[in-house]
Amino acid sequence: MTVVTTTPGLYPLPDWAKDSLSSLKGHQKGDLIGDDEDEEITAVYDEVREEFLADQREAGLDLVTEGQARWDDMLAHPLAVHENVETRGIVRYYDNNNFYRDPVVTGELTESGDVARELETASEYTDSLQAVLPGPYSLADLASNEHYRENEFLDVIAEFLAGEIGAFPDHETLFLLEPSLVENSPEDGEDERASEAIDRVAAATDADVIVHTYWGALEEKVHAHLLDADIDAVGYDFVSDVEDNLYNIQEYGTKDSIVLGLLDGQNTLVESPETIAERIDWIGERLPAEEFDTTYVSTNTELFYLPENKYKEKLAALGEVAAREEVTA
Amino acid sequence: MNNREQFRRPDHDNETFILTTVVGSYPKPKWLHRVRDLWEDEEANFDDENWAEATDDAARVITDEHERAGLDVLVDGEVRRNEMVEFFAHRIEGYEFNGPVKVWGHNYFDKPSVTREVAYDESWLVEEYEFAADLTDRPVKVPITGPYTLANWSFNEAYETEEELVYDLADLVNEEIEKLVEAGARYIQIDEPALATTPDDHAIVGKALERIAEDIHEDVYLGLHVCYGDYSRIYPEILDYPVDEYDLELANGDYEQLDVFTDHEFTGNLALGVTDVHVAEVESVAEIKENILKGLEVVPADRLTISPDCGLKLLPRDIAYGKMANMVQAAREVEAEIDNGEIEVARTPASAD
Repeated sequence: MTVVTTTPGLYPLPDWAKDSLSSLKGHQKGDLIGDDEDEEITAVYDEVREEFLADQREAGLDLVTEGQARWDDMLAHPLAVHENVETRGIVRYYDNNNFYRDPVVTGELTESGDVARELETASEYTDSLQAVLPGPYSLADLASNEHYRENEFLDVIAEFLAGEIGAFPDHETLFLLEPSLVENSPEDGEDERASEAIDRVAAATDADVIVHTYWGALEEKVHAHLLDADIDAVGYDFVSDVEDNLYNIQEYGTKDSIVLGLLDGQNTLVESPETIAERIDWIGERLPAEEFDTTYVSTNTELFYLPENKYKEKLAALGEVAAREEVTA
Repeated sequence: MNNREQFRRPDHDNETFILTTVVGSYPKPKWLHRVRDLWEDEEANFDDENWAEATDDAARVITDEHERAGLDVLVDGEVRRNEMVEFFAHRIEGYEFNGPVKVWGHNYFDKPSVTREVAYDESWLVEEYEFAADLTDRPVKVPITGPYTLANWSFNEAYETEEELVYDLADLVNEEIEKLVEAGARYIQIDEPALATTPDDHAIVGKALERIAEDIHEDVYLGLHVCYGDYSRIYPEILDYPVDEYDLELANGDYEQLDVFTDHEFTGNLALGVTDVHVAEVESVAEIKENILKGLEVVPADRLTISPDCGLKLLPRDIAYGKMANMVQAAREVEAEIDNGEIEVARTPASAD
């Protein structure tokens, strides 16, 4: 069994950057990141990116993300910075006490290259780059649409994401975050279309594609359809729901590789290496673990919910897993 | 229950009494922000005693401002509090702080972590209440963050479930309210904004309120403040809560959700938001009167309290004052019109006992 440690990205800004960016940018809706930013702000983000990469290197993670410091609107970011998208009211980000600007698509979703530019800079620092994007279903779910026909919006978003990926530098894995598949489960017919949309996005890269789900377990049919997509692994949130996730895998199987969301990305309680190892073993006993090509171990959610010190401790805890596996391998 | 009459002022002119108050927080005097910076600056020669003197002065100013606006029930503007969870978490044993976390954009708050069983340590609000109550002859309301919000807006490291943490915190809130009542407080408002964001937990909030209300004397008027959510997901269930009054934000959504409360009989007292705290313009008396009439569609005047939608603290202070003053004037005019029969309204039938 190969164990690979990684995270879904979206790290909390270091405290110094919280201060400097809020004074450079401001506190209101209009002050958040858009399709342009001045040099001073860019310089802060460059510094933060380097810090994020160093954090992961120090922790010893196997796969490294860019950290998404610029994603003021969390997973809605790739649309929020688009020139043909208007950001309007502040809306709740899933069931959290967090908010993002409602991105309203008002024109054609052309390729923007925004995420590609971030990755380009990050790729200079690492050979194990993991690209992170919202999955098409979640991004469509988080957005509003005033330009396309409603029944084609999901496909348009998938096409848009595929276009963005086309400009990405070399990356080992692509992590597609799909919390909406759990939180706002697609209905009959829509579940199949969600899977096809994911397929389209996955086809845009040669890297291993992982679709990560969280805040519970997928409904059975949604899970079954997701497995039809040509992807390399599905991610399961074993922090919020062990039972239903195990059931889905036991009942329907999963892909050749698997992501175990084992550390809580939304709690300051840091899991000890022993606890994590026990959880891996416990789940392994209930799944045909030896059959997995790769077992990715990750936090269940993005990490921006945490204060800076605890985010670092979570990375370190994941790093311990990597170190331990090397010893026992 | 009619424990509202205790808040009618002796010189109240109208027979009808629509209680006027505010939710709680109020724009702080600008100088207080500078004083806080000094207090937090370790190099400045500015100690806790200086800070206490400054917040006392601020409480004097704001309580007086509320009195000048003509409110029936005053608050000290929560001038001593920085944030509604942090303030309490600093006073409860079992909480730790690790640093700021993102709410949205570059807006952060110091979200605390519960790292061990919570326990009552120092008093939270008794001194604050006693000080404000001494400044005025009018009743002073005490807003207190409810146990569900205290739990939900923290990291839970210590409890098996959030629900258990909520109940332990409810016992502490109960202890504090008992102390406040002993000190003379008769109007306590429990703030549960987190309920609106996770409405599926309304039963947990209900059980927590049972613990809070236990053994609290019936003269004590208990309110519950909820804001910015989909009320249809918690109503009518919340009517079973052991509180006298429900304080709701409705002006912000232009009363679109009013139907929720008229479709099923509203059996409690209603504290209706009649001015929008996210609009930095003072609504006219006429406009506020229209809003008060919306409240009268839900409950009769003797069960209607009016207040702004939520805390006024983000507004410029002159705007906040203008909203309160117009709100009081609007209430008094509506009362007079009811007395004169110009507005026809139902009255709560006298109870049989």
